[in-house]
Amino acid sequence: MSAGAVTAATAPGRPKGMGPRTEATLRIVAPVAVGLIVLGIWQFLVSVVGVSDYLLPSPVSIIEELIASWDSIVQATLITGTNALIGLVLGSILGILLAAVAARWRPIDRMSAPVVAMLAVVPIVALAPVLNSMFGADSQFGRQAIATLASFVPVFLNTLRGFRQTVPVHRDLMRAYAASSGQVLRTLTLPTARPFILTGIRIASSLAVISALVAEYFGGPRGGLGSLISTSAASSQYARAWAYVVASIALGLVFYLATLGLERLLQRHTPQARRRP
Amino acid sequence: MSEPVTQVAAVEVRGVDKVFETRSGNVQALEPIDLTVAAGEFVSLIGPSGCGKSTLMRLVADLDEPTAGTVEVFGKTSRRARLDQEYGIAFQQAGLLPWRTVAGNVALPLELHGEASAARASRIAELLDMVGLADFADRYPDQLSGGMQQRVAIARALAERPRLLLMDEPFGALDEMTREKMQTELVRISAETGAAVVFVTHSIPEAVFLSDRVVVMSPRPGRIREIVAMRLGAEAERAERTEELREERVFFDMVTAVREALHGGSPIGTGARGVETR
Repeated sequence: MSAGAVTAATAPGRPKGMGPRTEATLRIVAPVAVGLIVLGIWQFLVSVVGVSDYLLPSPVSIIEELIASWDSIVQATLITGTNALIGLVLGSILGILLAAVAARWRPIDRMSAPVVAMLAVVPIVALAPVLNSMFGADSQFGRQAIATLASFVPVFLNTLRGFRQTVPVHRDLMRAYAASSGQVLRTLTLPTARPFILTGIRIASSLAVISALVAEYFGGPRGGLGSLISTSAASSQYARAWAYVVASIALGLVFYLATLGLERLLQRHTPQARRRP
Repeated sequence: MSEPVTQVAAVEVRGVDKVFETRSGNVQALEPIDLTVAAGEFVSLIGPSGCGKSTLMRLVADLDEPTAGTVEVFGKTSRRARLDQEYGIAFQQAGLLPWRTVAGNVALPLELHGEASAARASRIAELLDMVGLADFADRYPDQLSGGMQQRVAIARALAERPRLLLMDEPFGALDEMTREKMQTELVRISAETGAAVVFVTHSIPEAVFLSDRVVVMSPRPGRIREIVAMRLGAEAERAERTEELREERVFFDMVTAVREALHGGSPIGTGARGVETR
C-alpha cells in the first residue's frame, strides 16, 4: 500500500525513457562538456585567431600562473575565506536570533522591517572604505563586518518566513498538549523553519565570499584575493589577476557546496510534499 | 443513558454560546447550548457545514473560549482539563509532523509531558499494535496512505490513555471503504479503552454506527435540534458492533431517525444543505 506512494514521491518530472543513472551521469557530464568547449574556444581565439595574450590571457597561461604563484594564492584564499566564514557564521547566528525575536513579538518585527530593508540595499562599495578607515589599516574586522552584514539579510528574511510556516492543525495540537513556548519552538517552529533557514544560509554563503572579496578593494591590509586581483590588474599582470579570479570562483564554490551539503544532510528526511496535511 | 450518579460526567456544557468577531460584524456561531456526555459514552455531533459542531468541540478542548457559559471536563474547567491532559484529540487532517517517523509522532505527547523513555518505547509499541501499524514504526508520514496517517493520529490521541477522546471529522478525508474499516476499528478501540468520545461528523451512517447518542445540530446560529438515542447494541456491548450491523434493519431505522431529525421542520434540500448521506 505504501510502496506505490514511495516510488511516486521520488520521481519528480524525469524525462521519459531515461534511467536514473543516465540522468545523473548527464547532470555531471553536460556542464563539464560546456566548460571544456568554452575553454577550447577561448584558447583558440588567443593562440590561433590572434587575440593579444596581453589583453585576454589564454587558459594555458592562466594555469601556468596558477601553478607558479600557488603558495601566495593559497595564502590569499585562506585570508579571504576566513573573513567570509566568520561573516557567514556571525551573520547567520544574528539573522536567526533576530528573526526568532521578530517572529515572537510583532512590534519588533514592525520596527526591524525597515532597518533590514535598509541593510539589504547598503552598497558594499560605499561601506567598505568607511569601515576600513574606522577599524584601521591592519584590521580584518571591517571586511568581516561587511560579510556579516551581507549574510545577515538573506538568513533573517528566510528564517522569519520559515517561522511563519506552522500550520493551524499543528498549532492546535501543541495547544491541546499544553506545550510550553520553549517546547513549541523546539518541536514545531524550528523544524518547520529548518528548510527556510538552510536556504537562507546557502544564499548567504555566496554573498559572504563576494562581499569579503569586494571589501578588500577598498583599503585595509593586503594579502586577500580581492586586493591581489586589484594589485595584479593595476600592474598589468592580467594572467596572474585571472589566476586569482579562478581561486575566488573556487572559494565561492566551496562555500556554496558546503552549505548545500549541510542542507542535504539535515534535510534527508524531509518529504517532498511538505504541504500535504 | 443512565449512568451511576456518583460518576462525574466526561463533558458538561452549560449555556455555552460563541460569537466570532469578523470584519463584517459579529457572527453568532452557537446559540446557548446544554449538553452532557457521560463517562465512557460515545456521542456524535452531526449537522450541516456551519452548524457549529466543530466550534463546540473546540470549546470543549479549550482551543477556543466560549463567549458565555461554562464547559466542564471531568468536573474541571476546560482550561484546567487541557492543562491536565484529560483528553486526547484528533482532527480531520492527521496533522502528523512530517519530519518525525510514525513512532516519533506517536511519542510526541509522551515526550512533551516528560514520560521516561523506556516506558515511552513500550507504550508506543502497544499503541502501534492497537492501530495495526507495528510494521511501520520507522516510516515517515509521507510514506503512508491517508488512512494509515489517520490511524497514527488516533494512536497519538490515545497515547496518554485519556478518558475522553475528541475527534473532529477524523475520517472526513478518507474514501468510503477505508472509512468503514476505520469506524469498525474505532468502535473496537473505544470499547477497549472505555474512553468517552465526542465525535464530530457530517455522515449519518457514521454517526449511527459509532454512537450511543447522536446530537443533531442545525446552522445559523448553531444549536442542538434534537438528541437521538441509538438503540443499536443498547443491550449488547459496544465491542459487538460489527460489520453485520450495517446491514441490519435497526441500523436503517436509526439512520432514518437521524435523517428526519436533521431535516426536521424545514423542507428537505434547504434545511440540510451540505449534509452528506454517506
